[in-house]
Amino acid sequence: MSKVWLDSPAFPDAAKVAVRDSQLRHNLERATATIRAKRDGVVGELPDWEQLRLAGAALKDEVLNHLDSYLVQVEEQVTAAGGHVHWARDADEANRIVVELVKATGADEVVKVKSMATMEIELNEALAEAGIAALETDLAELIVQLGDDRPSHILVPAIHRNRSEIRELFLREMSDSPSDLSDEPSELAAAARVHLRRKFLSAKVAISGGNFIVAETGTVVVVESEGNGRMCLTLPETLISVVGIEKVIPTFADLEVFMQLLPRSSTGERMNPYTSTWTGVTPGDGPQTFHLVLLDNGRTRVLADEIGRQALRCIRCSACLNVCPVYERTGGHAYGSVYPGPIGAILNPLQNGTDSARDASLPFASTLCGRCFEVCPVRIDIPEVLVHLRGTVVDGKRGKRVPSPEMAAMKAAGLVFSDPRWLAAAERVASLSGRVIGRKGQISALPPPMNVWTDARDAPPPPAESFRAWWKRSRAGGKGGSGDSL
Amino acid sequence: MRVAVFVTCFNDALYPQTGQAVVHLLERLGHEVEFPEGQTCCGQMHINTGYYREAVPLAHRFVDVFEPYDAVVAPSPSCVGAVREQYQRIAERTEDRALATSAARIVPRVHELSEFLVDVLGVEDVGAYFPHTVTYHPTCHSLRGLQVGDRPYRLLAAVRGLTLLDLPASEECCGFGGTFAMKNAELSVAIGADKARHAHDTGAEVLCALDNSCLTHVGGMLSRQRSGMRVLHLAEILASTESNTTKAGR
Repeated sequence: MSKVWLDSPAFPDAAKVAVRDSQLRHNLERATATIRAKRDGVVGELPDWEQLRLAGAALKDEVLNHLDSYLVQVEEQVTAAGGHVHWARDADEANRIVVELVKATGADEVVKVKSMATMEIELNEALAEAGIAALETDLAELIVQLGDDRPSHILVPAIHRNRSEIRELFLREMSDSPSDLSDEPSELAAAARVHLRRKFLSAKVAISGGNFIVAETGTVVVVESEGNGRMCLTLPETLISVVGIEKVIPTFADLEVFMQLLPRSSTGERMNPYTSTWTGVTPGDGPQTFHLVLLDNGRTRVLADEIGRQALRCIRCSACLNVCPVYERTGGHAYGSVYPGPIGAILNPLQNGTDSARDASLPFASTLCGRCFEVCPVRIDIPEVLVHLRGTVVDGKRGKRVPSPEMAAMKAAGLVFSDPRWLAAAERVASLSGRVIGRKGQISALPPPMNVWTDARDAPPPPAESFRAWWKRSRAGGKGGSGDSL
Repeated sequence: MRVAVFVTCFNDALYPQTGQAVVHLLERLGHEVEFPEGQTCCGQMHINTGYYREAVPLAHRFVDVFEPYDAVVAPSPSCVGAVREQYQRIAERTEDRALATSAARIVPRVHELSEFLVDVLGVEDVGAYFPHTVTYHPTCHSLRGLQVGDRPYRLLAAVRGLTLLDLPASEECCGFGGTFAMKNAELSVAIGADKARHAHDTGAEVLCALDNSCLTHVGGMLSRQRSGMRVLHLAEILASTESNTTKAGR
């Protein structure tokens, strides 16, 4: 597990704290509601949205099913176009490769395009250890970096910050901010723009991720909104792109599908402002040295999971975050990873396994409401994978000499349900106890562990007579059906 | 047509009136209903909490008990969803071919109540009378799981005396989520508080849904807040008539 997020607590503990932050909940409710409405509007105007989703899923599955040959094709094409391809098994290997490449240029400063892969491997921290300063140039990532903060959303990493907080941060941490800076978004953006422009013009090395790699041509694609990416991808002499191995798509024409799915699902726009594509190097135009680092870091582990592998279709749009009732109330930090929300709840345990408290708790951080699957542009059935992973977590706890209270309770319930006579007996006991503890029609306090229910919710008292008992009393006698008799 | 009711363990133990409403309603529509007494639980709680192995015998029991019937009616979209979507998955995971085969045979005959009324029996006006204001919460398993669509609204619209009020943000989850309600109780309550507020703001007397589990959660909050709003399963509204409103209309 990573250093920045090391020892992240189990989700319920982190969520408990986050959900009490009413300002955070208010900010998230407003932000996610706005982006949901935009997304629904632009998706609703496409009559072939379902076909696009199916096409997106099918293209990704095609690549995942033949990843070995597609990756070799990528290497051949990038190399033929004058680029260099590196293979990184895990985060440490990827960081080592990038640090060596930057050192070889003699640079002690790099500019960065917003990239989930480099956040995942904590490249900035590895560069800093090697004496290299990495400057995030995406506005929201810059805000996170200046505040020594953690991202809380895939697309809008500073979603947990409001504009007055950002103003204070700029005045404190960005020495070239104007002293009369207001909290107007346009003024904040202008201040960041001035700050960044100087860096773009002086940087010798840029580091990016990639939204797609086209196997057919070796073309890498970055989709962005602010133009900072375009600056990074064109001005420096050396460009290093760290890209997950699942980002490959077969042909350039397939971008037609993904360029419709991604912006509409992500920012709720018909098309994003800047799409940069580059194929190796072009003499006299843009970076003259290009390195592509292909990153595994647990992705082949995901691929080996027959149910879970659909998670590798993910194009990091974050539509699932914006519709999730859980994410909306906790924000991203509670998930303890750069990948929060529903996709994070499956991706982290799939990539890392379920040994840590965080990864073992994430599959349970969902009501299984199904909205994430409904909006996913590549049809990842997140609820299905969540339930599958719950099974993996539970199976990992089997065979212990002293079973957990939950395991004992589930086994006891299984036993009661294994015979209708035992169920009927349990119902009779419940009816009796209900008469003892129930007052005024509802139960307002129950003993542990059920007190977590009654802390904020009344509970219905068990009825005087179960359905089964009622049926037996009023209907049975020949009509009881073919099951076991009572 | 031999019709069996799968009352579900939750309703059996906690909401017998819902099961009784299903029986009375179907009998009023001229169908004989049986309650196979071998039924217990579909295994949904075990499956959704990751206890596949414990769910397998329950799934076997379900398909065995209901095998002789032409139709199985259940007043719970989440339980029907477990049978319809998850039995195949647990059969695959535990490599239980017998379960895969028997589940595939029974799935087309298992219906959620509103599906059964509208699709199988072809009725929307069930002859109910319920002189109250009602708002309807489409539970996640009915809306996005089974995709029952506007069937419940059509059934409610045909009830005499009933005024149906729109529930704002109706498609949002209530926050129950099965064992989620216990494992992440604060979150479950935070989500449910918004649902309870939306329901209360409609000014309706009754919050109606297809699943008593979700209604227990939201109803528990409404009760704690002394909102005066009641929760009722659709079956109980549809079972009410001029001569029999004593239970649901109290």
